[in-house]
Amino acid sequence: MHLPNPSQLLPQMAAALRLHLQQRGIDQARFIGIHTGGVWVAQALLAELGLSQPLGTLDVSFYRDDFTQHGLHPQVRPSALPFDIEGQHLVLIDDVLMSGRTVRAALNELFDYGRPASVSLVCLLDLNAHELPIRPDVVGASLSLAANQRVKLSGPTPLSLELQTLADRELPQ
Amino acid sequence: MTPIDAKRPLQLNENGQLRHFLSLDGLPRELLTELLDTADSFLEVGARAVKKVPLLRGKTVCNVFFENSTRTRTTFELAAQRLSADVISLNVSTSSTSKGETLFDTLRNLEAMAADMFVVRHADSGAAHFIAEHVCPQVAIINAGDGRHAHPTQGMLDMLTIRRHKGSFENLSVAIVGDILHSRVARSNMLALRTLGCPDIRVIAPQTLLPVGLEQYGVRVFTSLSEGLRDVDVVIMLRLQKERMQGGLLPSEGEFFRLYGLTEQRLALAKPDALVMHPGPINRGVEIESAVADGPQSVILNQVTYGIAVRMAVLSMCMSGQAAQRQLNQDAGEHN
Repeated sequence: MHLPNPSQLLPQMAAALRLHLQQRGIDQARFIGIHTGGVWVAQALLAELGLSQPLGTLDVSFYRDDFTQHGLHPQVRPSALPFDIEGQHLVLIDDVLMSGRTVRAALNELFDYGRPASVSLVCLLDLNAHELPIRPDVVGASLSLAANQRVKLSGPTPLSLELQTLADRELPQ
Repeated sequence: MTPIDAKRPLQLNENGQLRHFLSLDGLPRELLTELLDTADSFLEVGARAVKKVPLLRGKTVCNVFFENSTRTRTTFELAAQRLSADVISLNVSTSSTSKGETLFDTLRNLEAMAADMFVVRHADSGAAHFIAEHVCPQVAIINAGDGRHAHPTQGMLDMLTIRRHKGSFENLSVAIVGDILHSRVARSNMLALRTLGCPDIRVIAPQTLLPVGLEQYGVRVFTSLSEGLRDVDVVIMLRLQKERMQGGLLPSEGEFFRLYGLTEQRLALAKPDALVMHPGPINRGVEIESAVADGPQSVILNQVTYGIAVRMAVLSMCMSGQAAQRQLNQDAGEHN
């Protein structure tokens, strides 16, 4: 299967995001990336938009719903929001949207910081494997994978996507 | 020479993750570092307006204190609450045991209440280990201090304090001062410092308050405070354990302060930016002068804040390790 090159997706994502915010009358948005891939995509997107504003970062490990099955991620990083989100329009950025559970965890975490005016979701890749009613507002590309396939983003420079095939024992039950 | 500890396999699951937290003996450096990193992330949670994460929602943590404690018990309670667990605290020293119930029976009763985790303090060394091994292996057991043996969460909060103020352990001189003989904090600190790569660990105490076999911890022993404090980066003062002081190990408290009390004058022998730490509660004028305890080099209150984050890390890592072990057992069962 052919995977897109992230750097080629960014100009179109930036244009789509600009339009999305414009249509909603949002002239100042706060950007937040989800660790780790989402932070890389957010940095690249900010650069593409020509913005130099501070970027918030979220590690959603403490908010995941699969803690009892998979436990704690061994490398939890602190979340850092260098701005107040109360009443702000937020742009939440992740690399790969699959089940939607990471985004749900991120939304829960965000609301512990305050009550944003709105949250828009940007994803580099949508794998059409939604398990929750969560869809991106802006997406780089959509594709569908076989059950034993995963996509991994490496970065931050250059950003590149890699297809991985899981062994049977690694597949979720 | 590494101290040998038969407890090591017990506190780790088959993947090498923590499932109980009994002692720092034998725990690898990577695991201690992971614990400190996780605690760093929880410190950030503690600085938010909403200081709570949903990680242990629906779990029950039971604090079982067979020995009195205020700071340790309340910080464990707060840690569990900030992880959204349900918490009950039992002061067993004033309840059923005084009616004759054994440790075994008390714990079995609590287990029947579907607790997922016990935080245990006990006056006998090895109590937490006994519970993890014989009473309820499915429940995560956290040692909150057992006799003179270990106080591993205090040890790790001291390490977090040092790392946050000094960056790393590789070039540090750390002095532990006071009643080493009765101190589980000293033992946990010596083990943690050594594992984390601290090259110069000093122990300063009168001969009567030094245990035998200290050389196995790789420490340098001093009986003179002035000599031992010279150019250290960190001074960890210990409380003079008055309630354990039987049999005339010291002439008097006044004499102890005169020889081993930390005064501004003595602290000047350490490096100018040396940290002053103390596990609390402090005995002002017995092991530490007020001017030092409240002075600019003191991080005694920071230690309390860090203690909550470290305990959140320990609780979540152990709960995670227990869950992973259950999964492993289940998978093994399916293959048979």
